[in-house]
Amino acid sequence: MEYILLIISAVLVNNVVLVQFLGICPFLGVSNKTETSVGMGVAVIFVMSLANLVTYLIQNYVLVPLHIEFMQTITFIFVIAFLVQVVEIILKKSAPPLYQALGIYLPLITTNCAVLGIAILAVQKDYNLVISVLYAAAIATGFTFALILMAGIREQLALTDTPRGMKGFPLSLVTAGLLSLAFMGFSGIVK
Amino acid sequence: MGNFKYLTNGLIRENPTFVIVLGTCPTLAITTAAINGIGMGAATTFVLVFSNLFISLLKNYIPDKVRIAAFILVIATFVTIVDLVMKAYTPDLYKSLGIFIPLIVVNCIILGRAEAFAQKNDVIPSLLDGLGMGLGFTLAITLMSSIREILGNGSLFNVRLLNENAATILIFVLPPGAFVTYGLLIAIMNRIKLKYNI
Repeated sequence: MEYILLIISAVLVNNVVLVQFLGICPFLGVSNKTETSVGMGVAVIFVMSLANLVTYLIQNYVLVPLHIEFMQTITFIFVIAFLVQVVEIILKKSAPPLYQALGIYLPLITTNCAVLGIAILAVQKDYNLVISVLYAAAIATGFTFALILMAGIREQLALTDTPRGMKGFPLSLVTAGLLSLAFMGFSGIVK
Repeated sequence: MGNFKYLTNGLIRENPTFVIVLGTCPTLAITTAAINGIGMGAATTFVLVFSNLFISLLKNYIPDKVRIAAFILVIATFVTIVDLVMKAYTPDLYKSLGIFIPLIVVNCIILGRAEAFAQKNDVIPSLLDGLGMGLGFTLAITLMSSIREILGNGSLFNVRLLNENAATILIFVLPPGAFVTYGLLIAIMNRIKLKYNI
């Protein structure tokens, strides 16, 4: 039950993009087409879960025993950048079709602040290893969900006639605001 | 006068928030109260100025292939300094900005200026560019957070402007208000740019 609540909370109630404002750049940048947003979403789920696994181990077996918790930001950003590179190399060698599908999205993930943000949040919330990875997977699923919804809306919006000043970012942001308003309906399901 | 243009560049013409649209996460997340805007702006400006300064000084020693990693290392160092200083001296502000202090490290404005400006220019222009961009960011998020605080909370810098029972538009301090305010502000900027051909 605890796990189910955690997943509902992470995917819907505290949606990473629309409520917590992490990972806005890819959310606005890659949400033009539904297909690309699915690719990006899968890549993020994969990297985020892996990043939380590794950062959990580093926090509890390196930083805390050595009393250098203040190095957290530096260590985590390097681990994430390194991890993205390693995943890219491994996929390229061992699973070329998957690499073809995810390839272009992987480098973009390094600059996705949601990955670093969720790794730090999981440490702050004192989650254990299993919950930490599950939390990351659920958060990334929420990200994917929001991204696909947004892409669907933007595909339709591209065909409409909008005022000149509203084209591009302003329209996307106002759309995201309305989506966020819709997601507020979920608040209260889980505290 | 020659160097002055580097300072003003970031304020209006290439404003990082409203024109280039970088660093959107903190812009949306922490602009619920005007004081947060100032705090976040000051922290980001500090990191921008010092990372631009050091990257400009080190530009001849950083190998091209590992430059992004080197930039991130420089930026992360200054973010850690800001993090520790704010934790010690402004605990309330630190609490309300929360996770977004360590996340300054992935703020695209900073890496963007390092890559686009500091690694190609001399020390003084880089310093001024960092300062201008930082001030542009601070002004923009302070403006946005003031609007949100006035409309959503009926106060500015924690000073009440309306009486206790006055109705406010609460949605502006909630997440949807952030997106809508930011979107409309960019739209206004676009409109002004189209009209006056800036």
